[in-house]
Amino acid sequence: MNPADHSPLWIRGARVIDPSAKRDEAKGDIYALDGVIVDQLSAADQAKARIIDGTGLVVAPGFVDLNCRLGEPGRSARETVRTGTRAAAAGGFTTLVTMPDSLPAADNVGTLQLLREICSREASVRVLPTGTLTKGHEGKALAPLGSMKKAGVVAVTDTTSGVQNNEIMRRALEYAAMFDLVVLDHCQDSSMTEGAQMHEGAWSLRLGVRGWPRAAEEIVASSDCLLAELTKARIHLQHLSSGGSAEIVRRAKAKKLSVTSEVSALHLLLTDASLANYPTSLKTNPPLREEADRLALIAALIDGTIDAICSDHSPCTATEKDCEFDLAPFGAATLETAFAAAHTAVVAGGHADLVLLLARLTCGPAKVLGLAAGTLRAGAAADLVLLDPKATWKPRAQDLHSKSGNNPLIGHALTGRVQATFVGARQVHGA
Amino acid sequence: MVLTYVGATGTNRMAQQASWTKKDLTGIEELSRAEIEFLFTQADQFLPALAPGKGLDLMKGRTVVNLFLEPSTRTRTAFEISAKKLGAEVVSINTTASSLVKGETLRDTAMNIRAMGVDAIVMRHSSAGSARYLGSVLDISVINAGDGAHEHPTQALLDAFTLRQRFGKVQGLKVTILGDILFSRVARSNILCLSKLGAEVTLAGPATLVPASLKEAFPQVRIVHDLKEALQDCDAVMLLRIQHERQTTTHFPSLGEYTSQFGLNAERAAWLKPEAIVMHPGPINRGVEVESEVADGPRSVILEQVRNGVAVRMAVLNLCTGAIAR
Repeated sequence: MNPADHSPLWIRGARVIDPSAKRDEAKGDIYALDGVIVDQLSAADQAKARIIDGTGLVVAPGFVDLNCRLGEPGRSARETVRTGTRAAAAGGFTTLVTMPDSLPAADNVGTLQLLREICSREASVRVLPTGTLTKGHEGKALAPLGSMKKAGVVAVTDTTSGVQNNEIMRRALEYAAMFDLVVLDHCQDSSMTEGAQMHEGAWSLRLGVRGWPRAAEEIVASSDCLLAELTKARIHLQHLSSGGSAEIVRRAKAKKLSVTSEVSALHLLLTDASLANYPTSLKTNPPLREEADRLALIAALIDGTIDAICSDHSPCTATEKDCEFDLAPFGAATLETAFAAAHTAVVAGGHADLVLLLARLTCGPAKVLGLAAGTLRAGAAADLVLLDPKATWKPRAQDLHSKSGNNPLIGHALTGRVQATFVGARQVHGA
Repeated sequence: MVLTYVGATGTNRMAQQASWTKKDLTGIEELSRAEIEFLFTQADQFLPALAPGKGLDLMKGRTVVNLFLEPSTRTRTAFEISAKKLGAEVVSINTTASSLVKGETLRDTAMNIRAMGVDAIVMRHSSAGSARYLGSVLDISVINAGDGAHEHPTQALLDAFTLRQRFGKVQGLKVTILGDILFSRVARSNILCLSKLGAEVTLAGPATLVPASLKEAFPQVRIVHDLKEALQDCDAVMLLRIQHERQTTTHFPSLGEYTSQFGLNAERAAWLKPEAIVMHPGPINRGVEVESEVADGPRSVILEQVRNGVAVRMAVLNLCTGAIAR
């Protein structure tokens, strides 16, 4: 990654929102020196500072993404660290937690070292890797969690493979807890989803596509909560798609279980009705569900049941997606449009204000993994975004930085746009 | 052009374009009632051409490719004969979608076929939505001969055409579709087609194959799990083939159990109104969803359906290829 920018930075006259400090100033200033946020610049530093006029814009902590993929190693036709982190910067994300289902999988120290080496050269934002929970995310034998922790993983997960065996999940939770590693779990009972391509409901019946019932997610969300109770381990439920799952997490939190959860921005915006013409770009795992689910997820985001909004960036090549619906791989490339999608759905949609939305993009996800990110407090890294919440735009393919060809929101009218992004005070996006 | 009674003359072509503008037939969903009825009037005119020794040359010099990526004998043959009766050249390609996937994408296969100067592709494919996808990729006609569990529009058209022939109209008829609705493209297309033409549709069969949630997808239908109730007041019962290849074993215990609960035999056929007819898209599983005494009995219109299928497919091929400006 590029080193921090040590010269002084002064963002002047923007609305300052820092949910981690409950700060919302209509017009304020943000200063950075040596890549770190400071309360004030000396007169000498002010004189030589780069000054950015933030009038009419919002300055906030850079976003923290708990669920994305950067293609490397092994899937560089879909994405690379260079293109993926460039896309992240354009989307306002300054910290990325990457999934370990690369080729080979990040289930060993060597692969993690390779990833770190690539990132040190190529990344324009901070990349924090996860390791698999089981070897090859096959759900059979535990991966070397202790060694991977030493190699820098911030969490462990079998990502979309899930762990299908409750005994293995129980032991994995106990073992991971010893290293203070949060287990991220993708909730999918695969015995109920064989051949399934989309949410099971009226649309799947009309389209003749094999459906994926909510229960396939909710059963695992339930078992995860029960195992969290049994083991006292930290578990984080990834990309919830059903209102029922949110209710399960709500009950678990009411019981003070150490369960957290996230939702992808796309699931806040769209439903399975968008699949009426078989768009492969919207074939995602978990699937888009119904309007009632979408509204329940927004409600859960607002009441804190859901801690974080993730991008769930899963790049695929245009060629991979240019085929019959059931033959297309799952996944949407979303880093560049996640903020705008969530803002359009939640804020422009009239459900909550910008402060709440930003909390779920910054300190919310940071807290899930105990990361020193997502804050504007003095001493924190100067990872910042400048936003124009009023901007309306339609993403265009030629403007996107991701190498992938599966951003489903191309041409979709969105409200709210990232104007500039800084990592360690170094500008990584924006004019 | 030999024909006086159909489409070939300048004025008739203009009339056709006024009523039919679609180059593709990918599903019944995309059709209006007026389009369906227009297609039927054209199919009426093609019926005489079905006689041995008769044929037309409306599509002389044109080429139709049957791209069948899933096994089919009946539908493929019907399309071949339909195209040949119109004077077109026909090439049939039989393979499986899985072997296609290994070598070449569907887009590439189709673009190659198109590059050879073909006028229409008739496709059967195991993937729902594949016909629409192909129609959006190609500028030549794409006719859906069945896409996964989505639609089989020509089957629904020939079924409705047969009902119209028998009863004079489809409006107001009560039609029961019996069997595997969940996995059936024939059922989906028929639900849409019959509803558009004003018939009342009842879906019947075991709860796993006819789930109550179908009512959410198709609010216009009635769902019944009691066979007698489903049969006693309908004008026609459409039996669906129990498709071993699409079902997982969890949907019903055995073929024997299906037959004992829902198979149509003479005793149960007696619950039908005297004038009610029995339909089946074929191929029939004798002794499973229907006993021979019913399939071959006086209520059965199965062979009329097959015959009408040729006329209806002639109309589809002629209208869709005719809709492309040359």
